[in-house]
Amino acid sequence: MGKRIGMEVGIAAAEAVGLCNIDVAAVYPITPQSHIAEHLSDIVHDGRIDAEFITVESEHSSISACAGASATGARVYTATSSQGLMYMHEVLPIVSAMRLPVVMGNANRAIAGPLNIWNDHSDIMNQRDCGWIVMHAENGQEVIDMTIQSFKIAEHPDVMLPTVVNMDGFQLTHMIEPLEFPTQAEVNKFLPDRVPYATLHPDKPVSMGCFNMPEIFTETMKVKDTALINSKRTIIKIWNEWGKQFGRNYKPVETYKTKGAETLILTVGSMGETASVAVDEMKKAGKSVGLVKLRLWRPFPLDELRAAIKGCKTLIVMDRSVTFGGIGGPVATEIKSLIFHDKDRPRIVNYLMGLGGRDVMVEDFITMVERAAKKKDETYEFYGVRE
Amino acid sequence: MIEIRWHGRGGQGAVTSVELLALAAIEEGKYAQGFPAFGPERRGAPVMAYNRVSEKPIKIRSGIYKPDVVVVLDPSLVGLVNVTDGLKPEGLLIINTSKPAETLREQLKYKGKLATVDATHIAREELGVPIANTTMLGAVMKVTKVLKLESLNEPLEERFGKIANKNKNALKRAYNDVKLAK
Repeated sequence: MGKRIGMEVGIAAAEAVGLCNIDVAAVYPITPQSHIAEHLSDIVHDGRIDAEFITVESEHSSISACAGASATGARVYTATSSQGLMYMHEVLPIVSAMRLPVVMGNANRAIAGPLNIWNDHSDIMNQRDCGWIVMHAENGQEVIDMTIQSFKIAEHPDVMLPTVVNMDGFQLTHMIEPLEFPTQAEVNKFLPDRVPYATLHPDKPVSMGCFNMPEIFTETMKVKDTALINSKRTIIKIWNEWGKQFGRNYKPVETYKTKGAETLILTVGSMGETASVAVDEMKKAGKSVGLVKLRLWRPFPLDELRAAIKGCKTLIVMDRSVTFGGIGGPVATEIKSLIFHDKDRPRIVNYLMGLGGRDVMVEDFITMVERAAKKKDETYEFYGVRE
Repeated sequence: MIEIRWHGRGGQGAVTSVELLALAAIEEGKYAQGFPAFGPERRGAPVMAYNRVSEKPIKIRSGIYKPDVVVVLDPSLVGLVNVTDGLKPEGLLIINTSKPAETLREQLKYKGKLATVDATHIAREELGVPIANTTMLGAVMKVTKVLKLESLNEPLEERFGKIANKNKNALKRAYNDVKLAK
């Protein structure tokens, strides 16, 4: 392993990309992703890596440039956040339909309106049905590791799907913390060159992303769905390879002190670390509480989630975004629907919290657990809202 | 774990201070976080930045509301922002000021631990600018004993290159000059 160093996580994300032998990056800066864009541009400009950095005029262009570059067989990276991701939205399903293994870093930030630059998960949750592999990092080390892993996952011949690594804006991107980088030789050993299935080249013309008549569109949709579902096998395989080489293990659903716990908190992203401190404190006070952390959002790891929550009476789902006019947050809504028919399924309590940068402290998790015990139904609550 | 809140003005380098302190702590093999108060910074406006330093991995990802230490980089912030807000009863307030400690106690209605140093004066003499962020690090090292003064050398050299020595001199002076008030 390389040396343990202190670094801002946004800078570290760019450094991780710098180890991955990319050919093209097309990035448009946006708070709180800007440090990734700036630093990656420095890495290319300083000649530290042999890659093309395209200074696009918008995110719609950055993802389009990435798609084109990826279609030629290049290894491609982009990064964005919030409005930038929303502006990419139109192109995202095209990238996955064309099976282009673009890797993206997303610095999670609330979407407008009203305008807000702080963290929540509304940007990525709005991209749920775009056919991308979606995963969430919990700390800076995971940002580095998952960025490197993502190229191998996305480009694997059994996957060939774009992948987005989510890192909470500010909470992670602007945090200086201790990190360990693998060496270039270690990354080279882990990450093979991309072997594209097909490439665009003027001398050997092929068509990609063709128009679909009704006679074939349904079949294309099924293929896309199946590809994403099947990618889970390879994701797990590659995470196991990483664990073997680097000693840090990654699972689609992580558990913390869940054994025998009657109540489980479920988190996505960096709030899992704060929640783990709350679990420690509640355990000390004799409460039967554990923590489940959803790392993989798409494809949804249903079997792993079932195994993680087995036997618990109450599952408290922490949603960092809102499904307006629905029944709470997207994570809870989805879990409710997926385990609806399961025998002895837990009661699901849903909190919408940490929206647009509202801080969530250890005490907040304890309060939410205490309050959940008193709730009788499965409705949702905007935690901490002032009315 | 020790939690520190820094008060400065946008452009005075509060974020640089928390970065240097975090890097020095990590250099020592400790665990540390350094982060700004998340938001749109504006030059001259009051800003805050934070550090956590611990012997064990730090899991908390929320802000700091009950700091062990508060550092005030800009004398003019005293009386303008509530610098003692949430400071633990046994906590420590470190102020860059040319005023006597008693005056500050009166002004802040503060009876807890207080350390003062005229860091702006030192910075003017050593660096030629009235920016006291690195200078104040020396004072923080002395009165909190959170890290060894030498641990800042490498981060300072990496950050400031040719002018690292000037910064080292400034913070050494603050290290020697800072006084715990009665």
